[in-house]
Amino acid sequence: MSKTGYYGNWGGAFVPEILHETFRKLGVAFIEAKADPDFWPRYVELMGSYSCRPTPLTFAENLSRRFGGAKIFIKREDLNHTGAHKANNVMGQGLLVQRMGKTRVIAETGAGQHGVATATMAAKFGFDCTIYMGEEDVQRQRPNVFWMEKLGATVVPVASGSRTLKDAINEAFRDWVANMDCTHYVMGTVCGPHPFPEMVAWFQKIIGDEARRQILAIHGKLPARIYACVGGGSNAVGIFQGFLADNGVELAGVEAGGKGLASGLHAARLAGSDASPGVAQGYKTMFLQDEDGQMLDTHSVAAGLDYIGVSPILVDLWEQGRVRFSAATDDEVMAALQLTIRSEGIIPALESAHAFVQAFKEVGDLPPEEAIIINQSGRGDKDIFTIADAFSDPSWREFIRNKGEEYADGARQESD
Amino acid sequence: MTLTMSLSQDIKQVRKSKEILLMTHLVLGYPSFGINRQVITQMVDQGVDIIELQIPFSEPIADGPVILKANHEAINHGVRVGQCLEFAAEMAAQHQIPLLLMTYYNILFRYGVEDFLEQTKENSIRGLIIPDLPPEEGGQYLAACRRLELAPIQIFAPTSGKARMATLAAHGAGFIYCVARRGVTGSPTSFDENFNDYIKRCRQATALPLAVGFGISNRQDVDLLRGKADIAVIGSATIRLVDQQGPEAVGPFIAGLR
Repeated sequence: MSKTGYYGNWGGAFVPEILHETFRKLGVAFIEAKADPDFWPRYVELMGSYSCRPTPLTFAENLSRRFGGAKIFIKREDLNHTGAHKANNVMGQGLLVQRMGKTRVIAETGAGQHGVATATMAAKFGFDCTIYMGEEDVQRQRPNVFWMEKLGATVVPVASGSRTLKDAINEAFRDWVANMDCTHYVMGTVCGPHPFPEMVAWFQKIIGDEARRQILAIHGKLPARIYACVGGGSNAVGIFQGFLADNGVELAGVEAGGKGLASGLHAARLAGSDASPGVAQGYKTMFLQDEDGQMLDTHSVAAGLDYIGVSPILVDLWEQGRVRFSAATDDEVMAALQLTIRSEGIIPALESAHAFVQAFKEVGDLPPEEAIIINQSGRGDKDIFTIADAFSDPSWREFIRNKGEEYADGARQESD
Repeated sequence: MTLTMSLSQDIKQVRKSKEILLMTHLVLGYPSFGINRQVITQMVDQGVDIIELQIPFSEPIADGPVILKANHEAINHGVRVGQCLEFAAEMAAQHQIPLLLMTYYNILFRYGVEDFLEQTKENSIRGLIIPDLPPEEGGQYLAACRRLELAPIQIFAPTSGKARMATLAAHGAGFIYCVARRGVTGSPTSFDENFNDYIKRCRQATALPLAVGFGISNRQDVDLLRGKADIAVIGSATIRLVDQQGPEAVGPFIAGLR
């Protein structure tokens, strides 16, 4: 880093004065935790006993055979407790909150995975918890809202702006500026003001550390390529870190192509040419914005990728040519999802399925003695409504109709 | 007021004849530039001393629901940054009191920081408030403001310590904007002992005039600031008033504040 909190030209801390002291203290707490020889082992132990780490590296034998190229390995972050890599960051920050002596946590969530992970951590550690979630995302990720509330969190639907992830982040900041004395903001991704990108990357590097050991043990050498989906970028930064120094390992980030890059309805910052440098939500990165600097509406079938900005760490690696970017469309994602479910009995989250799309396009070009890793950042159970809609599943519709009638009857009886 | 003096000198000059100055705020293009014109005329006629013109931004993280909504509606109605700058120039030519621009850093960054500030100077705007640009990130902005003799208003918060206040004051000009409490714009503030201690700390940290904002919405609030601050800042209250009672309610409201 050239200047505090910068990755090349990107990052920084564009923070209102009211939060200056909070960020200073957070930075100190993070540096102290990193320097404490007991902290990381305690984190790894917690992730082992509470969250099934190390997560397996699964050989996708049927998919490998189908494409006839390199061996496909899947890093199973979906097997984390709460079903996604988000748990890594959240449990780590939870330990940090304990060190700081705060009693309440808040978080933004898009797909709801980070919200569920934060609510889970809060339940375990005994913190109060409030989750901000865009109204649009509350609708499309209803099962996660249910679980957050059951875990004791207050879920606040955000009705301002585009009613998605960016607006949830703004609202979380607005809560924080009022309550920072007792409250920690558990930022869910490698974005936002310094030290968040560095901190979240540090906790997520557990993915890359494990994946590197596992692939060497199973495959006997490094993989040719690694694929990860990129919303904010935390699962990608997590796994890429294990291989950054290995120049022979190609690193591929896959963004949300939505309805196609030409349609304007997408969330591709680095894969397309629609993004430009900007400063918002406390950091400098490539944003999808207009000429004036007003942020644009983004679109993706996957709520967790539906975001205007991208990690400053990834923009720097992209500028250096170390990480390349492509985009997967909503339709391609559905096809890859179905193929993976049928071939391997594995259900990736819609977000993760973006990485599968690009891997499937390219894996046939590599020789069979090579291997690739796809980072399956989360499981698809949460997407049951969206996926059922996309496949127009008739028996699911029937079920929902019946359930609806059952609730309507119940409501009528109660009011009688 | 002559424009040959610095903003802080101007403020100190006016302060000799007024116990407390009033600074008001509005969001440009909300609900329309036409209504902005009416509101500004009433503010000036009722003796407002400084007006803060906010250029709307899609992600105003320091603002509460009232100003947030105004920002988003202005943008949804197609308000552009260029129009805001032209409007500011028109107002500065028409009214003699100091006008400031308030916005978030991305608006300057996208326009080009130097170009934006040169245009601001050319438009006879006296200074700027950029709440998401701390001095550590604002090297280019601060240098250009100094060169162009624009006041880069710095912000104190109750959480700012002594050393921090000294750093901020060293980069500031015009006046210091003291955020009265934690939280965002638009909800009430209790002016208690903690507040008095905070204002004392602000006073000790700088010779610049002190403006106090966040949660000031009536005569009682303004009265409580007499003898403590130099400028009372009325923000969300006038926007709320225009929303509920129309622009003609602004004049009587301002007249009743002091």
